[in-house]
Amino acid sequence: MPSVDAVIWARGLSKRFGDLVAVDGIDFDIAKGESFGFLGPNGAGKTSTMRMIACMSPKSAGTLRVLGMDPETDGPAIRGRIGLVPQDDSLDLQLTVLDNLMIYGRYFDLPKRVIRERAERLLAFAELSERADDTVEPLSGGMKRRLTIARALVSEPDLLILDEPTTGLDPQARHLLWDRLYRLKSEGVTLVITTHYMDEAEQLCDRLVVMDKGRIAASGPPSALIDRYSTKEVLELRFLGADPPGEALRGIGERIEVLPDRVLIYADDGEGAMGEVTDRGVEPTAWLVRRSSLEDVFLSLTGRTLID
Amino acid sequence: MSEPGALTLARNGGLLAPSGPRITPLALLGRSGAKRVFQRNVVVYRRGWKFLVSGFFEPFFYLVSIGLGLSKLVGVVHLDGHAFPYTVFVAPGLLAASAMNGAIFDCTFKIFFQLKIMKVYDSMLSTPLSPGDVAAGELLWALARGGLYCGVFICVMAGFGYVGTPWVVLCFPGAIFAGYAFAGVAMAGTSFMRSWQDFDFVFLVALPLFLFSATFYPLAVYPGWLQLVIRCTPLYQAVALLRGFDLGLFTWSLLGHVAYLVAMGSAGLAVTARRLARLVLP
Ligand SMILES: Nc1ncnc2c1ncn2[C@@H]1O[C@H](COP(=O)(O)OP(=O)(O)OP(=O)(O)O)[C@@H](O)[C@H]1O
Ligand SMILES: [Mg+2]
Repeated sequence: MPSVDAVIWARGLSKRFGDLVAVDGIDFDIAKGESFGFLGPNGAGKTSTMRMIACMSPKSAGTLRVLGMDPETDGPAIRGRIGLVPQDDSLDLQLTVLDNLMIYGRYFDLPKRVIRERAERLLAFAELSERADDTVEPLSGGMKRRLTIARALVSEPDLLILDEPTTGLDPQARHLLWDRLYRLKSEGVTLVITTHYMDEAEQLCDRLVVMDKGRIAASGPPSALIDRYSTKEVLELRFLGADPPGEALRGIGERIEVLPDRVLIYADDGEGAMGEVTDRGVEPTAWLVRRSSLEDVFLSLTGRTLID
Repeated sequence: MSEPGALTLARNGGLLAPSGPRITPLALLGRSGAKRVFQRNVVVYRRGWKFLVSGFFEPFFYLVSIGLGLSKLVGVVHLDGHAFPYTVFVAPGLLAASAMNGAIFDCTFKIFFQLKIMKVYDSMLSTPLSPGDVAAGELLWALARGGLYCGVFICVMAGFGYVGTPWVVLCFPGAIFAGYAFAGVAMAGTSFMRSWQDFDFVFLVALPLFLFSATFYPLAVYPGWLQLVIRCTPLYQAVALLRGFDLGLFTWSLLGHVAYLVAMGSAGLAVTARRLARLVLP
């Protein structure tokens, strides 16, 4: 049975498009006020999962509860309490910037006066107040993204679903959004986020899952995932103008990841590993030792050429 | 739990129905969700009101061309034992055709544009609105716009002296029924279109309807079997209804025409709602 404070509860959740299995029987619980991330490579099934949660796509199998209701029968009621930032903006291009908020708010049956007051604040937050009466079409990509985020907040949702919210945002806008999301979280709003920026996931998510080919490859808080799937330190070697010598490095550290432009050596003692590299007569163009991050977890879970 | 395919309809039905019992298409028109979709159209067309004006010229063009040209050649038409000037006979037929054309125009190109190009319904259906609300709201808009044009058409008819009896006022609700029928079916058809090329099909259907549905001459000119075929077509139903009202020829069959048009529009509305669920909420 779903636990009492689970805002989203999924068991064996699947999504098929014809023969293609986009989501392959995943389980997760998301608690109220939690900030939960879905990571994974392109096509992993993140958007498909988000759309099922947002009652915009019927599941193919499994059980799903959102805000204590069943998306199959209570779609409109659930959607009424969700704010959605879809991966593609889906703004109303026939309306002005302000009307995009006004009309969207009306879909939630909010009084005009309330929407107008919220819209004013949200446009200020999105730094679009000056463009309020312009049509949406000529806005820059980042401006459209900011408007989409503002639109999702117009109904003051209990559950905010953000599908790659910061794609296309400049660094300042990204940090403004992060601040906003922290505030919403402290007010008890539940956040579900997908992102391809690992630093963002580390910053924003209390817990996350890494999806790959429709399945969950790992789940937990970012720090726990780093502990579990990576070493304390990473030695990065760069080789300019030459293929990275993967074979010559075999056996150094716990794991080696050969990328097109560099080699990552996972070891608890990065400096020590560098000593071994030098001993073997390999001379990288540049090298550095850094702490493991979520990016390393992602690489190790979703796989590139692994050499042990 | 659920098998693919077999339960798809039920599932989409779940996303479609707001909650509780199934809602009949006519009741959908009165729901607040439909009103919201209607209001969006008002806001969009507030800026593009010039496009609305074009519709006012249509009755002038139709009626002037018939009045100046055809009526001189034809003279009188005999119907149910009465003789009517050709202009009086043909005007309600043209009104019905105009209601059809208006509804088809509003519910094919515009709906396709908003569904496939502008993706308007994607954002609508991320809110409490249901596919039924969207279909009903767009249909309401088509009815409002069509009603406006038909009102103008009837006034122009009266101005030219082409009306049969004062019962012509009933042509206004009559034309709304016709608009409902054609708007509903046009929307449903549009939901199956894949590209702009498919719209050739619309003309392929609308033009013969326009020419052969007893719009320009009485049904009696056809041989018996063909009369039966024509009677089954929707524009004939609309023409017969409006002509009956305008000429004050009241028979029970008028009720049949109304029922036909309401059923046709409702079927279109229900199909549209289902198709929207499939297309926008895959
Ligand atoms: N409407 C659809 N019809 C058919 N296949 C679909 C549909 N939507 C998604 N898919 C397929 O489902 C798989 C998962 O797609 P999804 O959009 O969920 O991936 P994602 O994890 O969000 O990827 P990205 O990081 O690129 O956004 C893909 O193979 C995609 O082609
Ligand atoms: Mg995606």
